[in-house]
Order: sequence, then structure tokens, then C-alpha cells
Amino acid sequence: MTDAVPRMPGFLWRNPDPRRSYDVVIVGGGGHGLATAYYLAKNHGITNVAVLEKGWLAGGNMARNTTIIRSNYLWDESSRIYEHSLKLWEGLEDDLGFPILFSQRGVLNLAHSLADVRESKRRVYANRLNGIDAQWLEPAEAAEVCPILNVSPGTRYPVLGATYQPRAGIAKHDYVAWGFARRADSYGIDLIQDCEVTGLDVRHGRVTGVRTTRGPITAGKVALAAAGHTSVLAGMAGLTLPVQSHPLQALVSELLEPVHPTVVMSNAVHVYVSQAHKGELVMGAGIDGYNGYGQRGSFHVIERQMAAALELFPVFARARLLRTWAGIVDTTPDASPIVGLTPVEDLYLNCGWGTGGFKATPRAGWCFAHTIATGRPHEISAPFTLDRFTTGALVDEHGAAGVAH
Amino acid sequence: MQLLTCPWCGDREEAEFRYGGQAGVPYPADPRALSDAEWGRYLFVRDNPAGPFAERWVHSAGCRRWFTAVRDTVTHEFLREAP
Repeated sequence: MTDAVPRMPGFLWRNPDPRRSYDVVIVGGGGHGLATAYYLAKNHGITNVAVLEKGWLAGGNMARNTTIIRSNYLWDESSRIYEHSLKLWEGLEDDLGFPILFSQRGVLNLAHSLADVRESKRRVYANRLNGIDAQWLEPAEAAEVCPILNVSPGTRYPVLGATYQPRAGIAKHDYVAWGFARRADSYGIDLIQDCEVTGLDVRHGRVTGVRTTRGPITAGKVALAAAGHTSVLAGMAGLTLPVQSHPLQALVSELLEPVHPTVVMSNAVHVYVSQAHKGELVMGAGIDGYNGYGQRGSFHVIERQMAAALELFPVFARARLLRTWAGIVDTTPDASPIVGLTPVEDLYLNCGWGTGGFKATPRAGWCFAHTIATGRPHEISAPFTLDRFTTGALVDEHGAAGVAH
Repeated sequence: MQLLTCPWCGDREEAEFRYGGQAGVPYPADPRALSDAEWGRYLFVRDNPAGPFAERWVHSAGCRRWFTAVRDTVTHEFLREAP
């Protein structure tokens, strides 16, 4: 929190007009789309690429998430992809040659009931078998990590302990996006803003291009990385997906002195809190229950989230709310992502990251680039193909992922 | 807080209701006749439009009855309710 926020040059990428044809068109200029473009160029030498963004770069969920990065997921498949992602985060600043303010300040996931305690310990053991740094902390130990956390037994949902992943943390989301964008641009990739895709051209079961608000573009391959809007885009190619779009709200306080040294998450009372480098308390909630594309949610969700935050952190009682917002998250039936091929040839899918896509940004881009370049899923993302909703091989991460990220 | 109109109880606060997702998804007439892909589609795939959407709600903290409403998923505006 004491890190100086670096100054940025005026322009980090060109702002080109779309050309009429590309080898690969990526739809969605958020974190995943930009990371995919970067790794297509860096790992596979594919640079005749456009990233199409209907608004401005990284102005959707990339600007709306709570920037938590961790890998303490239950199942082998998930811990592999998120731990690989965390390892990329650990070298990302050097790789991009750009400051991203990645701060490994640890994450506490609180347990509030006997069932929580058992589930949490099981997750710690599973994490350790997968080589992930995980510890079980008793309430007093959790309070040593985060002194402002109220661990007194008299609360409505007392803290009975917590899992702790010291290597987890936060990063500055804008800088992450800009770092990927700058490097993708330097490879000659066109980052095209204010360019909404209005149709997908499919001939004989194969995608051949996109129609946009800035004219048609032919493409050898089309890759969707549009989070909450993926269902709408896939529908343009006649695909229906096991994805539902929900509002996910977050909020920040005014700038405060450093008081919160780590990240605290509670699935049971539906709040997660960290303090950004500038000093805002950043808090997220659970998703709103209904489907929604409006980038806003219902007030009662925030009200309950604040009640939970106040019980866990009485010191926040006089902090003032600065602003609230919502992103549109693409949830799946098993709370795991969908990365891979589609029934339409040359159309690729990266979606379903739901409430937790930010932490996966580098590895999602890495795996998606591999999938696009080779026409085959990357081994790390192979368990997350669309097929699992036919075979039944779900990766049920509701325990570790379903509510809070 | 957003008010929802229960067909039986009238306008009530949203927190009294629970969401039930897409309306009008019938149980397959002959489940044994379905392929794995068709069964998977029935289990896991629902419409997800940006715009008007016919969906199920239950007035769980009131009369506890279910109803179908058409709501715009972009504006969150309820267009009509029907039992």
C-alpha cells in the first residue's frame, strides 16, 4: 500500500482501424482476450491478429473485479490451472516489462461453522497434495495475520478458523491489462476499440468471419473471450451454451490509511475484502440471483454484504462508501470455466470463468492461445472443454469458487 | 429496493422472492430415448438472452407460490407477470 503508483506514458498502444482480414480475430478486449493475443504472438508466432472490443480496452469485468489472485481450489483439475496461473503471475511483471503491482499478501478463507471447518481442512490437505501452499489457522492465528479481523466468539457467525495461502494476493487490474495490451501491440497485433461484433459468418459448419459495427472482417479463426456476453455471441453461430449471465457487485470505500494487510474472504457470509494500493477498501459480494446484463445489481445484496463486512471488521463502521458497480459474470453449472473447441469449426471458446476470471488471466490466455494455434485443447485446460456437459465429467468447484473470488 | 409484483400478493420487495430461471422447460417426455448430448442439454443448458426473458419466480417469503414473469435482462424491468 506504500508502493508508489508508477507514472504511465501517454499512449501504450496504437489505436488502429480494422483491416478487412486477419488470421485470428479475438472477440473481447478484456484481460483474457489481451493475454490470449500476447501469448499467440509470443508462444506461437501468430501476429496477424485483431482483438475486437465493443467499448474500451479492459472496461468490462477487467475493470470491475476485486483483483484477488489465489490457487487454493479443491479439485486437481482446478488447482492445476489456477496454480499454473499463479506461477505465471509470479513472473509476469518481468515477462511484460511493465509494473502490475502484484502483491503476494496472502488470502484467508474463513470458516464459520463445523461444516466449514471440515470442508476447509479438506481443501488444505488437497492443496498440499497438489504442491500448493496452504495452511489451516486457528482463530488466534488468523488474527495474527489480519489484526483487524474480529475473531471474538460472540458474533453471529463466529470465525472458527481459516485457510491461509501466503502466496495469494492482488494486482492492479488496469496495469495488468495495459501490460498485455502494450506487448501485444508491439508484436503488431491490432487492438480495435469501439468495434462491436454484430454477427458471425458460418458457412458449411465453419466460421469465416465476423460482422461488426465497423464493417465485416474475414478471419481464419474466431476466438470468443467475452465473459458475460458469450451466450449472445455464441447464439450468432447457432450455439447454445451451459452459461448463465448474472450481475456480480463490488464496491470501494474512500481512500484510507493502510489497515488491512491481507485478503479476507468468507463464503458463508458472502463478503471478501482487501485494501488496494491507493488505500480503498475493495469489497465483493455474491452474485445477484437473477440473470442480468445491466452491469448493476440489487441494493439488498450490497446491504447484506456490508452487514457481513461490519461484523468481521468492526473498524470499518465509520468508513464511507465511495462507489458501487456490477460486472456481468458468466456462470456455469459446475462453477468451472469452458475453454476449447466448439461444434463450429475454427470457432473457439473461452468463457464460464464466472466470478473468478481475473486470477486466471495469464494462464487462460496461455491455454486459449495454444488451443487456437494448434486446434487442440492445452493439457491444462483439457478438463474444461464443452464436452463435459455431455460426458458428465464435471469439475464441481462450488465449494472453493461458487460464491466469492 | 426493486419491487416485484406477485400475482396473488401484489407489489413486494425483491428480497421476498427467489429466482427460478428460464420458464417453460419441460421434463423430457421419454428420457430414456435421449442421447447423452440431449440429456446434457436438458440438464445444463438454458436460454441466456440479453433482453426479454420468460422466467420463474417464487414468492418464498410470502404466499410461497410460483409464477412466470417476462423481464428485460438488460434493464431489469418487469414487462408482465402471469401465474
